[in-house]
Amino acid sequence: MSEFKIGQREVENVSILELKGYLDAHTAPKLEEAFQSLLRSQRYRIVVNCRDLSYISSAGLGVFMAFIEDARNGKGDIKLTNMSPKVYNVFDLLGFPLLYEIFKEEQEAVTRFFDRTK
Amino acid sequence: MKTTSIQVESRTERLIAVRDFVSEAARAFGFGDEDISKIALAVDEACTNVIKHAYRSDPTKIIQVNVSADNGTFQVAIQDEGLRFNPTQVQPPDMKEYLTHYRRGGLGVYLMKSLMDRVEYSIVPGKSNEVRLTKYLPR
Repeated sequence: MSEFKIGQREVENVSILELKGYLDAHTAPKLEEAFQSLLRSQRYRIVVNCRDLSYISSAGLGVFMAFIEDARNGKGDIKLTNMSPKVYNVFDLLGFPLLYEIFKEEQEAVTRFFDRTK
Repeated sequence: MKTTSIQVESRTERLIAVRDFVSEAARAFGFGDEDISKIALAVDEACTNVIKHAYRSDPTKIIQVNVSADNGTFQVAIQDEGLRFNPTQVQPPDMKEYLTHYRRGGLGVYLMKSLMDRVEYSIVPGKSNEVRLTKYLPR
């Protein structure tokens, strides 16, 4: 099944995960593996680009919660970008903007990692 | 009253079929895209709870989803014959506290209540559980 795909690339030493499709209880383990693999390689600066993410349920949201602490302990972060209003609404409903930095564009999130005033 | 239903095996790969089924019924009833998304997500959460909690990921079990639509009321009943789980006993989480402590799981019930107009639960002890999710068509 190709209902959910993850692309990965590096920009200025920040890891970008591009999510595509439907993130639910069935596909959430794929995202979990992607985070685990990055954190194992001590890549703690992560931007998740949600441009092509069509759907997210609480199983997907739970994955973000599972790894944010590890990323921050490694002096990095998980930042989210390019969400459709539909996907943003689900994050917003659960108060995620309190805990996660969410940007309109990927480059803003990448730049934020190098913002010394933060 | 118009009633339609779908039966699926208790497997997470079947969630997409349930979402599609419910979305189509909601669209036919007259809901717009935003409400259709809310209904599909709420039903996904209910089914995910059944798969993980009531059936403990046993893929041989069956989930029954019945949609009834009448007089501006759209109701989805999700039935299982698994372990008892009563979402009315789940307290609404303090989201800031919740997120601060990075807890996982338990978000599904909160989402269902936020997305739908009514969430009801009935249990026939030792026999079946039913979650009923209701949304009213905007006038």
